[in-house]
Amino acid sequence: MSESSRADVQIRVEGLYKLFGAKAKTTMARVHAGESKTEILAATGHTLGLRDINLDIRRGEIFVIMGLSGSGKSTLIRHFNRLIDPTEGRILIEGTDVMKLPPKQLREFRRHKMSMVFQRFGLLPHRNVQDNVAFGLRVQGVKRQQREEEARRWLKDVGLDGYEEQFPSQLSGGQQQRVGLARALCTNADILLMDEAFSALDPLIRSEMQDQLIELQARLQKTIIFITHDLDEALRLGDRIAILRDGALVQVGEPRDILLEPADNYVESFVRDVNRARALTVDAVMKPPRYRITAHSIDEALAQMRTLKSDWGYQVSDSGAYQGILNRNRLEAAQQSGGDQTPLDQLLESVPGISGKVALEEVLPKTLNTEYALPVVDEQGELQGEVSRREVSRILSRQQQDPEAAPEH
Amino acid sequence: MSWLTEMPQMSRADMLTLRQTLDGAYRTFSRQYGDSIEAFFNPLLQFLIGFERLLLTTPWWLVLGVITALVYAASRSWKLSLGVVVALMLIGWFGMWEDTMRTMSIIMVCTLLAIAMGIPIGILMAASDRARSVITPVLDVMQTMPAFVYLIPVVMLLGIGRIPGVIAVVIYAIPPVIRLTNLGIRLVDKEVLEAATAYGVSPLQRLLGVQLPLAMPNIMAGINQTIMMALAMVVIASMIGVQGLGQPVLRSITNQYFTLGLLNGLAIVVLAIIFDRVSQAYARRAQRHMGVRDS
Repeated sequence: MSESSRADVQIRVEGLYKLFGAKAKTTMARVHAGESKTEILAATGHTLGLRDINLDIRRGEIFVIMGLSGSGKSTLIRHFNRLIDPTEGRILIEGTDVMKLPPKQLREFRRHKMSMVFQRFGLLPHRNVQDNVAFGLRVQGVKRQQREEEARRWLKDVGLDGYEEQFPSQLSGGQQQRVGLARALCTNADILLMDEAFSALDPLIRSEMQDQLIELQARLQKTIIFITHDLDEALRLGDRIAILRDGALVQVGEPRDILLEPADNYVESFVRDVNRARALTVDAVMKPPRYRITAHSIDEALAQMRTLKSDWGYQVSDSGAYQGILNRNRLEAAQQSGGDQTPLDQLLESVPGISGKVALEEVLPKTLNTEYALPVVDEQGELQGEVSRREVSRILSRQQQDPEAAPEH
Repeated sequence: MSWLTEMPQMSRADMLTLRQTLDGAYRTFSRQYGDSIEAFFNPLLQFLIGFERLLLTTPWWLVLGVITALVYAASRSWKLSLGVVVALMLIGWFGMWEDTMRTMSIIMVCTLLAIAMGIPIGILMAASDRARSVITPVLDVMQTMPAFVYLIPVVMLLGIGRIPGVIAVVIYAIPPVIRLTNLGIRLVDKEVLEAATAYGVSPLQRLLGVQLPLAMPNIMAGINQTIMMALAMVVIASMIGVQGLGQPVLRSITNQYFTLGLLNGLAIVVLAIIFDRVSQAYARRAQRHMGVRDS
């Protein structure tokens, strides 16, 4: 967690336990004694929902909590706005202990600080789309005209312009969830809780909704806590991912950490079936560029290659911009034909730089088509790293091998 | 050893004392409080009389017009409205208009009372499991106890007349609306409730904005049942002096007037059908968006 202390932590979960049952408080002793979920259930009939959850969630990130059914993920997300009260532990949101809020402040907190999207939408069937979207504002007591204006604006944002007067039962699942999303955005809360929001939708609509969420998030910069059982969805949306198993956290990290450094066999078994070429971005697998050349003449370039012990290198301008690839054979050929003064520009092989943001899948053909490691450049055109064919094939093929065999970073 | 062959039984003398004590106590109670209880119900009695008089003194075609307008407003169906006009005209033709109006007036008042008391009780029952465990057996008794049995103390207390009739009808007819209000609220989609909570509704906002509207199909079914049960009580209520279609039926039983009994019975059936169809059509129209809730 040392990493997160640097960033702006908005939500902090400390030592959260949830035990379901009539005598939860007294049974907690067994939990602290380290008894397992099954032991406790057999001995007392209490179900251990969550065990010692500690999390820091940063402002403006999409934090995905992932787990199979029964892992406690839906229980966990319901603690943030106290739809469920914990047996032990604290949740601090911007320093406020949510557990200590009296009923009235809790309502205010729910009205303004957080909103939630539900798996099965949770829309009011007797209200039309516009009233559903404006629900949060209505609860706050906002005047009709103002809340309807807001509702229409958000409906337009989620692409449901013109559906104001329809009723939820008249919409498809995807459209209903867009209404759910618009309702959540309409209150202008900083924190968005999404409980398996896209799980009830069919795959095509789901990926459309994911795109829309990413698009909206780029603009709105909310703190989003997203629950899912689908690792592909987690990898696609998450800035960071927490993996939950039997109510305990197994691993918290960025998508690449989860994919490339699974904490245990459980995570590993999850990750095994993921299409890495699609899930990983170039950023996640690139290495620092080995052969960087900043030459102004053929001689200079050849000299630098000799020090680097390489037959080729990335030519970088004085301002740091990537220019192209220089090859020793070509330079020497130019030198022998007497073109010592030929500008280096004309001898460059133009291998276009690739962006670090794209999925590995997209650059795969390019890595196979060239003998060089592909240069990775940022938006300013500066050289950031390189992706070699060998490295790519190593990462993609490691899926079949024992993860321990692969060298750690 | 007589208990082996015969069921042990309390002695006749004991039984007599028990009856006399209870009867005496109740009689004293009714003598002491009868007047004040009657005074308590007086506004209701005045309202009943007034409403009945209004229906009887207004020209028949105006009443018929208003009823038809109400039926149309509730159901938006010309067919149903026309059927109601024909049925009521027939009732008038066979000379039962006044009795029908009397019955209608008492049924409407009883139903309104049952709804006004039943829905809050149902809400209470849905809100608390303890309330439910207390109220459910009471409702069971109300529905199974023969109406005559609870008529006795009511008549002892208030004499015969409209008020005891109303009390008897309401006791008999109120359980469905209570039960179905409770059921309806308990069946409200948990996720919709959670969503409302997550957006910070107050308990009152939750009740009025979410629970009651979503429970409405069940509550309407309860109201419909309540109306039907109130109509079923008309004949029994006539035994304690409630005027209306029940009295001719009662006369027909004692005097074996088959045709008179049949006609008045049919009039009750017609009223029941009108109330049933209209309330159901209204419920369907009010909930046309609530039926399909697939994903």
